[in-house]
Amino acid sequence: MPIRETVNNAHSGWMDAEGQGSNIVISSRVRVARNLDGIPFPHLLDQAQSEEVIHAVSLAIANNEAQNSLGSLELSMLGELSPAERQILVDKHLISPEFVNNYQSKAVILRDDEVVSIMVNEEDHLRLQCLLPGLQLKEAWSIIDKLDDGLEKTLDYAFSEKLGYLTTCPTNVGTGMRASIMLHLPGLKLTKQLGVVLSAISKLGLTVRGLYGEGTEAQGNLFQVSNQITLGQSEEEICNNLLVSTKHILAQEQAARGALYQQRREVVEDRVFRAYGTLRYARVLTADEAMRLISDLRLGVDLKIITGINPSQLNELMIKIRPAFLYKINGKELSAPQRYAFRAALIREIFENLPQ
Amino acid sequence: MLCERCGQRPATVHITEIVNGSKKETHICQACAGEIQPHGFGFAPQLNLNNFLAGFLHELGGAGSNQVVDTGEKCEQCGLAEGQFVKQGLMGCGSCYPYFEERLLPLLRRIHGNTRHTGKVPERTGGRVKVLKAIESLKGQLREVISREEFEQAADLRDTIRQLEKNLEEGGEG
Repeated sequence: MPIRETVNNAHSGWMDAEGQGSNIVISSRVRVARNLDGIPFPHLLDQAQSEEVIHAVSLAIANNEAQNSLGSLELSMLGELSPAERQILVDKHLISPEFVNNYQSKAVILRDDEVVSIMVNEEDHLRLQCLLPGLQLKEAWSIIDKLDDGLEKTLDYAFSEKLGYLTTCPTNVGTGMRASIMLHLPGLKLTKQLGVVLSAISKLGLTVRGLYGEGTEAQGNLFQVSNQITLGQSEEEICNNLLVSTKHILAQEQAARGALYQQRREVVEDRVFRAYGTLRYARVLTADEAMRLISDLRLGVDLKIITGINPSQLNELMIKIRPAFLYKINGKELSAPQRYAFRAALIREIFENLPQ
Repeated sequence: MLCERCGQRPATVHITEIVNGSKKETHICQACAGEIQPHGFGFAPQLNLNNFLAGFLHELGGAGSNQVVDTGEKCEQCGLAEGQFVKQGLMGCGSCYPYFEERLLPLLRRIHGNTRHTGKVPERTGGRVKVLKAIESLKGQLREVISREEFEQAADLRDTIRQLEKNLEEGGEG
């Protein structure tokens, strides 16, 4: 799908709520960092040099020999998108929040299904990303592996036999790989076990972050678990470690949800229906409040308290209610109070059209 | 709209903060507003990753010293100065890695618990690395058979090495 459609459509493939454990696992993501040999890293490049990097990458994605492994890719200059459109790409998790801070001489490449995205001139020359719904980490790595081989037919990577793929930040050197899984953990939160589980995770060389990566808060009980170590472990080992830990968290979350529903049925039902009622009738909603309510509703859908809504619709709703998308739908700037009212109206409309 | 903090009283105080270019809006009631004072100490913590790395590099110094040794050296390829690298914790180019290796290895050991890549090797450029390694090992064998005066085997090995080196020069992968 061309980038114009991507920024006008809140839906993306990763929201499809497919795959194993999809009632808890929202999505699986693999991202690798690559740099071009003989060219200084992006933070040392001037505009002309940055554009040379983009040119080299544009040749690599057009290489006929590599078309099978690359798929249909489209390159867009970040500066040619409006601020709201750039933010929509961030909200849809197709590019990083840091990438849009300074958007000159940067490019984004999207595969038509939005499963694959490439950032050119982020912290590294290339950041290849694959985002799939549910627990599909190995599948995501396999897609990235092929994409990487396809690009390497044209590009010379900065690689050392000893240290692997060389990256701007030494925390990424080696595989250059960050694998992460986005989880919805209301059960652990409500039973106050989240802290215990998360501190155990950090002892296993994994890290837990909020919805939009580094330094962001956990909105709507959504957490990203990812690997921290990139040197001395193979890509397969990194995926396996993360999968083993995630399966453990899944079991804990499932148990917490079960226990909650058995022992505190009215409390859980009340919470879910209050969320439903507020989303259905509220006149003013902030993004934070809406995210909290969507989380409660998602729990209700999973426990079959609420029917007629599916998790995929809720994933899409999380993107629609963000300021950038509201601005896009409205077509012009909204003041904060106007935005809260517009958000509430949009959600009301969606809920009115749901089957009762 | 209710207060985001207590969820009980109506939100009448609206705070907009801009931190690192991103806007954050908070809506709270009068009572909660009195209790919190965002950044009331005139202190915004500088806790990003690169500051941490820079701190480590300072601590680790050169060969185990606690002093910051800035020899004024620069990477020959990109011109990144050692001082700059220690300050930011960011490398300038691929050549910075071998250039600042002595400084870097203790840091890598601390971050990753390891200093040796065991993952993927790029197909095309990595192919060269593999052939170079094979040639090295064959040369070792050649020295051994010569010392045992097994000249017929030595001649075979020499031919194989020559063929591999010729392939490499022609840009093939052996």
